[in-house]
Amino acid sequence: MIRIANGQGFWGDWLEAPVRLIEQGPLDYLMLDYLAEVTMSILQKQKAADPALGYARDFPPLIGRVAKQMRERGVVVLANAGGVNPLACAREVRRLAPDLKVAVVLGDDIFGHLDDLLAAGHQMRNMDTGAPLATIRERIQSANVYIGAFPIAEALATDADVVITGRSTDSALALAPMIHRFGWKETDYDLLAAGTIAGHAIECGAQCTGGNCQVDWQAIPDMANIGYPIIEAEPDGTFAITKHPGTGGRISVPVVKEQLLYEIGDPANYMMADCVADFTTVQLEDCGNDRVRFTGIRGRPRPATLKVSISYQYGWKAIGTLVYSAPDALAKARSADAIVRERLASLGLKFEQIYTEFFGVNACHGPAARTCPDPPEVQLRIGVRGPDRKAVDRFTRELVPLVLSGPPTGTGYGEGRPKPREIVAYWPALLPREAVRTRVEVVE
Amino acid sequence: MKIPLGRIAHTRSGDKGDLSNIGVIAREDRWYPVLVREVTPERVKAHFGDLVRGRVERFELPNLCALNFLLYEALDGGGTISLRIDAQGKTYGAGLLNLEIDVTEAELAQAVEQN
Repeated sequence: MIRIANGQGFWGDWLEAPVRLIEQGPLDYLMLDYLAEVTMSILQKQKAADPALGYARDFPPLIGRVAKQMRERGVVVLANAGGVNPLACAREVRRLAPDLKVAVVLGDDIFGHLDDLLAAGHQMRNMDTGAPLATIRERIQSANVYIGAFPIAEALATDADVVITGRSTDSALALAPMIHRFGWKETDYDLLAAGTIAGHAIECGAQCTGGNCQVDWQAIPDMANIGYPIIEAEPDGTFAITKHPGTGGRISVPVVKEQLLYEIGDPANYMMADCVADFTTVQLEDCGNDRVRFTGIRGRPRPATLKVSISYQYGWKAIGTLVYSAPDALAKARSADAIVRERLASLGLKFEQIYTEFFGVNACHGPAARTCPDPPEVQLRIGVRGPDRKAVDRFTRELVPLVLSGPPTGTGYGEGRPKPREIVAYWPALLPREAVRTRVEVVE
Repeated sequence: MKIPLGRIAHTRSGDKGDLSNIGVIAREDRWYPVLVREVTPERVKAHFGDLVRGRVERFELPNLCALNFLLYEALDGGGTISLRIDAQGKTYGAGLLNLEIDVTEAELAQAVEQN
C-alpha cells in the first residue's frame, strides 16, 4: 500500500496544508495542483517580462521549508508548479533545497510549435464552439497539452525527491506514483481508471474532507484544522480515501460522493490522457473513522487525442457596484440600472454584453432565488464586456455619479470607479497524441 | 404532496467553461428513484429560467444513487469572460435545493423519519 496526499487544490489554497500533511502522519507521495485553466497565460506574461519566471512562485519556498522533513520521512513531492517554465522552477527549488534531487517533465508547452502544428493540418478547433484555432492565431498567449501520468512516472523512476511538471492533468499527479510503484501498464485500463478516479477524488484538496460540503455542513468538526485527503492505494486498483488522525473535517460516503460528482461531464466517459474512467462502476464503502473504500472501478482505452489548453486575448471587461438601502432598495437599484443603460446608449457605446445582478436578491440563483418583499439593502452590480477598451473605460465613470444624480441612498462607492481588466480566455482543443513528445530531465 | 428537493437530496456544483454541472445525491439510497422521477432536465431548466441560456442534460449514476446535470451556456461565457458574481457556478447546486418535487405520503413519511 502507498499513501498519496494532495496538499494544494489550486494556486492560492491553504499554505499550511502541505506542511501539515508531511508533519502529521505517514505519507509516501504529496501532490500539489497549482494550475487552473487561465493560470498558464498569466505565467506566460511573467516569463515574457523575465525569462527566469513563469512558474508557481509559492512552490520553491514551500519545498525549502519542508525539505528536511521530506528527507527524514521519505516523502516525494509531485507538482504541476512548473507552469510555462518548469526548468526555472526546478533550478529555484534546487537553490532553496540543494540536498533534493529534482526531475522535470517537459514537452507539454507547444506555444513555440503552434505554427508547425497548424501547418501540419492540426486545426485545434475550439471544443465548445467548433471554430478553428487559426481564427485567433495572433491573439494566442499560451498553449499547453495536458500530459498524462506515464511521463510523470518516468520522472519518478529517476529517484527524484521532487517531480515538477508543466500542464498535466490534475489526476495524473496522483496516478503516476501508482504506475511507478505497482508497475501498471498502458493497457491496464481498469487500474488506470481506478487511479484516475482516486486522483479526481483528492485533486480539489479539502473538498474531499468536508470543505465546501453541503451535506450536514454545520456538523463537520474542526474545519479550522481540516485534514487534506490521502489515498491509500493498493496494487489491485482498490483504494481508500482518508486523512491524518486528529485533523479536522470529515470523510464519509456522502462527503466523498459530492466530490466525485464535482466538475464531471458524462460519468461513464470521463476522458483523461491515460484512460477513459467509468464513474458508474464505483462502489463505495464507509469504513468508519474518516475512511471510505473504493472498489469495482472499470475503465477503457485512452483517447487517441490529448486535450490542449490554449489562452488568448478576448477583450476587456469592468464590473462596478453601488449599494441601495431600504425602503424600496430593489426598486432603487433597478432604477439606477436603467439610468446607467440609458446613459451608455446615449453615448453610443457598444458592448458584447451588459450584465446586471441585484446582489442580495438574485445574483447567485436568478429566478430560482427565494423572494424577500423588501430587502434591507441591495447591491447593484453591473458589468460590461467588449473588444473596445475605451468603451469599457468610459463605462467605469458612469456609476459613481448616480450617488448624486440617481435614486436616493446610493452608497458603497468608496473604492472609486472600477478598473477595466483584460480578458484572457480559454480555448480547449484536441491534438493527436503522436504530435506531442514528452521527456524527463534531472536538474543538477 | 410537495417538498423542496433539499429534504431528500444534497448537491455540489462547479464549472467547465460556460457549462455548470450539478451533482444531485439522494440522502438515503431508497430515495434515488424519486430523484430519477422528479428531477428531470426540463424541471431543472425551468427552475433557473433565463439564468441558463442553453439546454440541460442529465446522467444517471445508480451506483451512487446520484444524478449529474450539465447546464449549458449557464455562466455568461464562464471563466474569465463571465460578468456574473458566481462565474464558476459554485452556487447552482444550492439553488436547486428549493426545487419543489412531488412525493407520495409514504415517501414523505420515510423522509421525515430519517430527518
